[in-house]
Amino acid sequence: MPDVAPILQLDDVRYRWPGRTPFGLHVPTLTLARSETVLLLGESGSGKSTLLSLICGTIIAQSGSVSVAGHSIASLSAGKRDRFRAEQIGLIFQQFNLLPFASVRDNILLPLQFAPERRSRILNLNAEAKRRCRDLRLPDDVMTAQAGTLSVGQQQRVAAARALIGTPPLIIADEPTSSLDAATQATFLELLFAQSRAHGTTLLMVSHDARLSPQFDRVIHMADIAQNVRDTA
Amino acid sequence: MILRLAFGSLVARALTVGMTILAIALSVALFLGVEKVRTGAKASFADTISGTDLIIGARSGSVQLLLYSVFRIGNATNNMTWESYQDISSRPEIDWIVPISLGDSHRQFRVMGTTPAFFERYKYRSDQSLAVRDGAIMSDIFDTVIGADVATTLGYEVGDPIVVAHGLASFSEHENQPFRISGILEKTGTPVDRTVVVSLEAIEAVHVDWQSGAQIPGQATPANVIRQMDLEPQAVTAALIGVKSRLQVFGLQRSINEYPQEPLLAILPGVALQELWQIVSIAETALIAVSAMVVITALIGMMATIFSSLNERRREMAIFRAMGARPRVVLGLLVLEAALMAAIGAILGLALLYVGLFIGQPLIDSAFGLWLPIEAPTMREVWVLLSVVAASAIVSTVPALRAYRMSLADGMMVKT
Repeated sequence: MPDVAPILQLDDVRYRWPGRTPFGLHVPTLTLARSETVLLLGESGSGKSTLLSLICGTIIAQSGSVSVAGHSIASLSAGKRDRFRAEQIGLIFQQFNLLPFASVRDNILLPLQFAPERRSRILNLNAEAKRRCRDLRLPDDVMTAQAGTLSVGQQQRVAAARALIGTPPLIIADEPTSSLDAATQATFLELLFAQSRAHGTTLLMVSHDARLSPQFDRVIHMADIAQNVRDTA
Repeated sequence: MILRLAFGSLVARALTVGMTILAIALSVALFLGVEKVRTGAKASFADTISGTDLIIGARSGSVQLLLYSVFRIGNATNNMTWESYQDISSRPEIDWIVPISLGDSHRQFRVMGTTPAFFERYKYRSDQSLAVRDGAIMSDIFDTVIGADVATTLGYEVGDPIVVAHGLASFSEHENQPFRISGILEKTGTPVDRTVVVSLEAIEAVHVDWQSGAQIPGQATPANVIRQMDLEPQAVTAALIGVKSRLQVFGLQRSINEYPQEPLLAILPGVALQELWQIVSIAETALIAVSAMVVITALIGMMATIFSSLNERRREMAIFRAMGARPRVVLGLLVLEAALMAAIGAILGLALLYVGLFIGQPLIDSAFGLWLPIEAPTMREVWVLLSVVAASAIVSTVPALRAYRMSLADGMMVKT
């Protein structure tokens, strides 16, 4: 019944970076429902990146549980976790999101290499990549262009197309608009919202910019859900 | 697609990757080139004499006999008497026999007395005969035929007179009997190129006024008197033999080696050549070792390039990881990349080799008499190329493992 379970569920998660750093992160609880758009606000150093790494399974909490689409991430082997991430989560970063030397088409199709289920939902890879580009108002001729030759705004839209292709249930965007100017920022968000609503995808966006708040279903402040803990033990 | 991405990543770093590939290509070309020269030298060495079944001479070592009779290196310790020569030549197994008389020189070149049959019987490079480039073979006692190197080094042409020196150091010359060049041979790549060929009688003629290695004082027999004399030689240095049936070679060899009247030695040229090559093979091994070191150096250079590229490519790895690639995909990508570079380098090296051969073949042939055949790569060469690719894949695992650990630690976040 994974479809009934919340797309993301964190319970009493405690994580401490390896080594001697005394800092750690404690998230008592965090739940994201399906098709929800959520803005996670937090200052830099508030543990946003750590939280995202925990959700994506590139790091594992020392205690507590992180579940994505009803699956506990900690219970998966490292290899399975990588595959699981590819299947369930579409990722967009701040910038330098793409392989600059590869074509736009190859960049968009890259996650499907590691996610056979997402791939199996697509009949014609080329057509699908092209359709995603159109949805994000990218001209058709960018498909064969080298990703590095595009403008930053276009690159971010290619990154969005890559995150959306094969319709993963969860999109995580880590400050995707911080390198864009105001006008491009607005267009980008508009398109991203339209697409995630159209496909019923959950969108979790991390930002430090509170002005974006009105566009989201829900706004969470990092300070409310997590504590930076200084381990004294 | 992963292959295409690896390729694209290489193209994006065209300059450093290009230099690395060039280094590999040059080292591969060098290695294969050395191999070519080595096998070519070995073949042309073995091609020095063919069609001759036995070489006979006074008893010494088989390599020594081969060296002085064929390669004109060193000297005979003894001659064989004309009686023994005639006795052996009358044996029924013998198809043909060509005597060789050595000991005199012209400038730095050896003079060889023989019969006209030499030009017909001496074969090199699988049954190729000697050919006269200019003039004709000798028809007079004082006629000589010179090898191609003699002609080019000393600038001789047909009709020029030459003087033969007694012994090998030219302090005493047989000035009374000047020879005339009647013919110049085509280049063969064999020691014949560096030989002055005269008739067997001519060797006797120049020594008419000599006794025990010194000229008899005041005595100078004019050439026209010499022509009337009986110039049957007392001895010859060696002889080349062809037998009627190959089956008789060993029987004849044994009976000559056991010749009761005089201690003689008969050798099979092929066997003696093998023995000689074994002596030379140490240098051969050293040559291979040096060129292998060059290939290894190029591979280490490639490893260094990959190492230095790791930092600037952290982001690329992070993107792969974020898209769901396992760390071992990152590792595989780097190994694949190295193998690709080596494969391109190897193919380029092979192409370089053929271009080099194509340009160098005539030059090397005329300068060193070494014929390097242009032919499809041998199995051995294909193995060399494959090993270079395999070795590069192995070498690249060192930086690839580092990238593996880096991408495990970085995850999908790179803070640069």
